Amino acid sequence: MRAANVLLLAVVALVAVPVLAVFSAWVNIDAGLWTHFISSRLPQLLGNTAALLVLVGLGVTLIGVGLAWLVSMFDFPGRSWLEWALMLPMALPAYVMAFIFLGLFEYSGPVQGWLRDNGLGFLTVDDVRNVGSISLVMMSVLYPYVYLLARNAFVNQGSHFVEAAQSLGAGPWRVAFSVNLGMARPAITAGIALALMETLADFGTVAIFNYDTFTVAIYKAWFHYFDLQLACQLASILLMLVAVALVIETNARGKRAYGDKQGTHRRKRLQGGKAWLATLAASLVVMVCFVLPMAQLMLWAFADIATSTDPHFQRLVWRTLVLAGIAALVTASVAIGLGLIQRYNTRNWKKQLLGFAKLGYALPGTVLAVGIVLPLGKFEQISMPLKQSFNLPGQLLLGTVVALIVAYMVRFLAVAMGPLESSLSKLRHSIPEAAVSLGASRWRLFISIYLPLIRSGVLLAMLMVFVDVVKEMPATLLMRPFGWDTLAVRIFEMTSEGLYQKAALPAVCILLVSIVPIIITIRRS
Amino acid sequence: MRQYLLGGLLPLLLVALTACEQKTPETTRPAAEEKVVVYSARAEHLIKPLFDAYSEKTGVRIEYTTDKAGSLLARLRSEGASTPADLLLTVDVGNLHHAEKQGVLQPIQSETLNANVPAHLRDPQNQWFGLTQRARTIVYASDRVEPAELSSYAALADVQWLDRLCLRTSKKVYNQSLVASFIAHYGEEQTAGILRGWVENLAVAPFANDTAAMEAVKAGQCDVTIVNTYYYGALEADGKAGSLKIFWPNQAEGESGVHMNISGGGVTRHSQRPQQAIALLEWLSSKEAQGMLAGLNLEFPVHPQVEAVKQVKAWGEFRADNIPLSDVAEQQVPAVKLIDQVGYQ
Repeated sequence: MRAANVLLLAVVALVAVPVLAVFSAWVNIDAGLWTHFISSRLPQLLGNTAALLVLVGLGVTLIGVGLAWLVSMFDFPGRSWLEWALMLPMALPAYVMAFIFLGLFEYSGPVQGWLRDNGLGFLTVDDVRNVGSISLVMMSVLYPYVYLLARNAFVNQGSHFVEAAQSLGAGPWRVAFSVNLGMARPAITAGIALALMETLADFGTVAIFNYDTFTVAIYKAWFHYFDLQLACQLASILLMLVAVALVIETNARGKRAYGDKQGTHRRKRLQGGKAWLATLAASLVVMVCFVLPMAQLMLWAFADIATSTDPHFQRLVWRTLVLAGIAALVTASVAIGLGLIQRYNTRNWKKQLLGFAKLGYALPGTVLAVGIVLPLGKFEQISMPLKQSFNLPGQLLLGTVVALIVAYMVRFLAVAMGPLESSLSKLRHSIPEAAVSLGASRWRLFISIYLPLIRSGVLLAMLMVFVDVVKEMPATLLMRPFGWDTLAVRIFEMTSEGLYQKAALPAVCILLVSIVPIIITIRRS
Repeated sequence: MRQYLLGGLLPLLLVALTACEQKTPETTRPAAEEKVVVYSARAEHLIKPLFDAYSEKTGVRIEYTTDKAGSLLARLRSEGASTPADLLLTVDVGNLHHAEKQGVLQPIQSETLNANVPAHLRDPQNQWFGLTQRARTIVYASDRVEPAELSSYAALADVQWLDRLCLRTSKKVYNQSLVASFIAHYGEEQTAGILRGWVENLAVAPFANDTAAMEAVKAGQCDVTIVNTYYYGALEADGKAGSLKIFWPNQAEGESGVHMNISGGGVTRHSQRPQQAIALLEWLSSKEAQGMLAGLNLEFPVHPQVEAVKQVKAWGEFRADNIPLSDVAEQQVPAVKLIDQVGYQ
């Protein structure tokens, strides 16, 4: 047990360092600036953030759970490919979706222009940039988090409980809500939590819409008032809120067990109109959230393929793949370790400690990146004399792949924990106990029992981390070794000067790079 | 509980493997190696061609990384003496000024830089130097607006522009510097009046970038906006400028002239190769490099004897505001506070 505790503490410490660095900003308080912030903008920013969270939360739940339900409970024409196509929007960074949306629908865009030219001006709106449209943009790329986890839960539910409920006379709706949804609850909540944390941390999308949320206050404090400390203080308030929400959720879930797979999963074949309606609904989502934006990106990409490609482009793709692959492996391995520890420990403080390890995901990327760089920089500074006496390079960690991978792990541990926890929560204790009683060694227990039983969760965790790392920008920018540019870095270079259309080619590549693991995962799970 | 140990060992092993791969480029590091390390907030495609040219000419290797100015500054500060960086390049005088205040730059003595960069475009303490100039000016729809209707930035606060003005968000540092220059010229009270008039006159909520604001003017959502000229240049080069035209404000007798900002750089305080960093900075300010550096982004050179590229010159002659930019930078924080107070988003 001691080794487990050491691992838990080590990882949590690693993840906690940037979070603590952010909290440590409270040592100094600039009262004047605080008063200014509170009196001028803060109430409005909080209101905006709350509105966005509510809308995105509702949206991803409805779309994500609804579609997952559809593809895992029913069979209809095109179901097998829609099942994985519905994951694809996850690969689109939200800010890319945002500039595609505005490029098409803004007053000066082609859609409104066409309406005005054809005497349909009364259908146009002066300003499409409002909380409704931002929520739509964000849900369209965030619903896959809920969809993926919910689908995985539904498919692995087995038919036993449903049959039991039916034999007790429960109708189809009652079965759906009490049994299917009830059992998938840990997975669904984990998905919604991820989507909402991403919404809270988002800066790029709201910036493109010029919609001011709480993150804007953080950036304003840092980049406009040049006060990193105030920025960290604001960020830590954000973290407190998320921490409270996570604790409430963990407590609400309590110690309930959710049962595991018994009986084979069968889909009901839909007939006639209902079947086509299902096909239509699912393909409409794929169309709007993936095919159309992809088509627009391709058009832009081809328009200046000559200026946006160079001999280094291949290397960008390769480096992106390598970083994302390693990060997915490392993060998922750590998450498995933490998940198992959590399973064997009912003690509360350890659960809360694990909750702490997930907080990094709710921090705006740039703040987290700086939170990691600050202590690393201090380490490099302090170890200077030692390095000099051994004639070592000035930096041992900062600016190396190792530090970057650790940064990814810190940022995306929450993403990997989501699917793993929900997989593990469905595993009955009796199975490993039986194995132990038959004399299985712990290693064998892990390899032959746990790993196969939580395989779909492990794959999902790796996939989600992989796709997230491919999209990741702030930490990559700040911590990459010299020359280790990724596709996301290229997007940054173009968009930082407002050349959104020139970012289309790297954005298309990000999509292509992400499709392969998505297909592998769905085939295996 | 061996399985936990193994679960922990796997990632460690992977990390160790990548660490080994990582060592190769850094193992040979004699202090006086012929290289310069640059942290750049100027986008890669606007600076790399110059680095390549410099390496070709001198044999000095340039290693660089790009990011937002705020992040690079935070990194420089936390790295302290361990930093690999010799040179910091960034856009906007506010960022340069702030880098100086944070103590990550060092004063340097260079006759070449003093000769190539006009005094108002560099730091009086010699910690940072402008390398290109960008003009922030008025762009209007020539099919709806007569140039005679336009005069100054402040005049866009007049009631005749009610519901006809588009602006970029105040969250972009370029607008903050413009407002800071108003404060430096007219004081806070008068500046607040101008800003209130602007906000009153807005046809639609501020845009995320200059290009979107110009597109709105072109499409008829509003008639006039304020942008950096190189964004206009990019539209023009793509054949998308349509009826949009440039107007140079504040040209009348006694007025300040067109607001200019800079991109520039300074040698880091803990640079291990300050001489080579200075040499690169000097070269970037030289006649040889200035045309290319400014031309890549359709900006204006700082070197008085170097002309802007043809497309930029075609926008016409104008009188630039030559207030020392360090004075403007001093007003940056008051400017942001004022912007918040008047509710310019």
